[in-house]
Amino acid sequence: QEKLALQKKRKKEREALGDKAPPKPVPKTIENQRVYDETTVDPNDEEVAFDEATDEFAPYFNRQTVPKILITTSDRPRGRTVRFCEQLATVIPNSHVYYRRGLALKRIIPQCIARDFTDLIVINEDRKIPNGLVLSHLPDGPTAHFRMSSVRLRKEIKRKGKEPTEHVPEVILNNFTTRLGHSIGRMFAALFPHDPQFIGRQVATFHNQRDYIFFRFHRYIFKSEKKVGIQELGPRFTLKLRSLQKGTFDSKFGEYEWIHKRREMDTSRRKFHL
Amino acid sequence: TKTQNFCRNEYNLTGLCNRSSCPLANSQYATVREERGRCYLYMKVIERAAFPRRLWERVLLSKNYEKALEEIDENLIYWPRFLRHKCKQRFTKITQYLIRIRKLTLKRQRKLVPLRRKIERRENRREEKALIAAQLDNAIEKELLERLKQDTYGDIYNFPIHAFDKALQQQEAESESESEAEREEEDDDDDEDVDKREFVEAEDSELSDFEDMDKLETSSEEEQEQEEEAEKKASHSRSKGKTPLKGPARRKRPYIEIEYEEETEPSTKTKAA
Repeated sequence: QEKLALQKKRKKEREALGDKAPPKPVPKTIENQRVYDETTVDPNDEEVAFDEATDEFAPYFNRQTVPKILITTSDRPRGRTVRFCEQLATVIPNSHVYYRRGLALKRIIPQCIARDFTDLIVINEDRKIPNGLVLSHLPDGPTAHFRMSSVRLRKEIKRKGKEPTEHVPEVILNNFTTRLGHSIGRMFAALFPHDPQFIGRQVATFHNQRDYIFFRFHRYIFKSEKKVGIQELGPRFTLKLRSLQKGTFDSKFGEYEWIHKRREMDTSRRKFHL
Repeated sequence: TKTQNFCRNEYNLTGLCNRSSCPLANSQYATVREERGRCYLYMKVIERAAFPRRLWERVLLSKNYEKALEEIDENLIYWPRFLRHKCKQRFTKITQYLIRIRKLTLKRQRKLVPLRRKIERRENRREEKALIAAQLDNAIEKELLERLKQDTYGDIYNFPIHAFDKALQQQEAESESESEAEREEEDDDDDEDVDKREFVEAEDSELSDFEDMDKLETSSEEEQEQEEEAEKKASHSRSKGKTPLKGPARRKRPYIEIEYEEETEPSTKTKAA
């Protein structure tokens, strides 16, 4: 109630002053108040540029490798997960879905490398809904483990569009600021082939906001120079990074680059890591 | 069926609470129990009823299944048939489950991680708020428009861009008027095509038709001009890519630049072809 009185007073003062009023104070958002992360990537950073040129994604960004992706699930996937896998396969070009009949990951990884796959996606399932995603870059690349939530299949999205076509979509990566975010962003970029076919007018978006990565798949159309319309097609899901490992998937002996430690990292409401 | 109670005594042979299978009710009793993967035969006789500490006698059974059965028989010779039989049955069951344990530990084990309700709720709430704060549609639209401005799409979309017009004005008067006139016609056609495209909703054939029409209409001069301009813009964007990036506003550029540096090339190549 005191707040209301204060606000009214301020409003009256503002109106009274008219043009001479000081500019409105910017409202505080969590993004504004975000604790400054020392690992934020500066575009001019040479060290970062050097790292990027020499890390595991260099062959991809130098266009030496074409991404080929294997999508699989945990044992005994339920209908929802299966359909989600199929839709994901249509979204990501050059991807194949294989069912896991009790095969150990440690054994299928060398097989995948032998067959020239560049990335492996494992969708973990719990109680008939997909709830986890493991994304690993194959020739000895980093492995990221995500918690997946709010998965919407294509028919659950409110729209009247058709299915995604076979064209290579564009990729938008938003808000990946820190070093960690940078490497995760590159991981996502490495899933898609380098040359998007603009005829297809499809775009896949990975938007990071407060440590949640939202994935959306749209078809865009330019109505005029300053206006674009987008129509959502394709599945949508949100990811939250749980851990990042240096090598390929190995739960026991892997070298973890980053783990989400709840006790330490979830304390502040304004501190984010991605 | 008659319901039976379970016996909670750890030395029980069958597991059910009966007069015949209660270790407390019978003074002469035997069980098989396993500890850390090894099976033992426990025996209780009347003579030791007064010494609780020495009551249960323990015999290690061999790892070999048949030998162990023989050992049970040896030790429980002259004992009631019921006890002998049930001991052997129990021993069989135990060995079977030990084998299964050993097999399973070799395979992948499913690790069950308990969900914490408070944390789940907190994360869901934060996710919703992040979703609202993200304003995804706006962000995507802005990004696409920026890319359009940056001319990453090359010459697929011919909208009257300001820079385009300025470049025109810098050229000679004749070609200016010609190109302007033609471009106005083009713009009208573009708008019509755009409307048509909206109705028929994302059919790719339309766009290819549109491109073809574009090529048919434009004169060779225009094509050259457009090529030059496209090339200039391409070189411009390429040079942008190689020079150091400016400021935090450009921090998204590292991803985009790497992708699109060479993408303008194919468009110019198609035009040339």
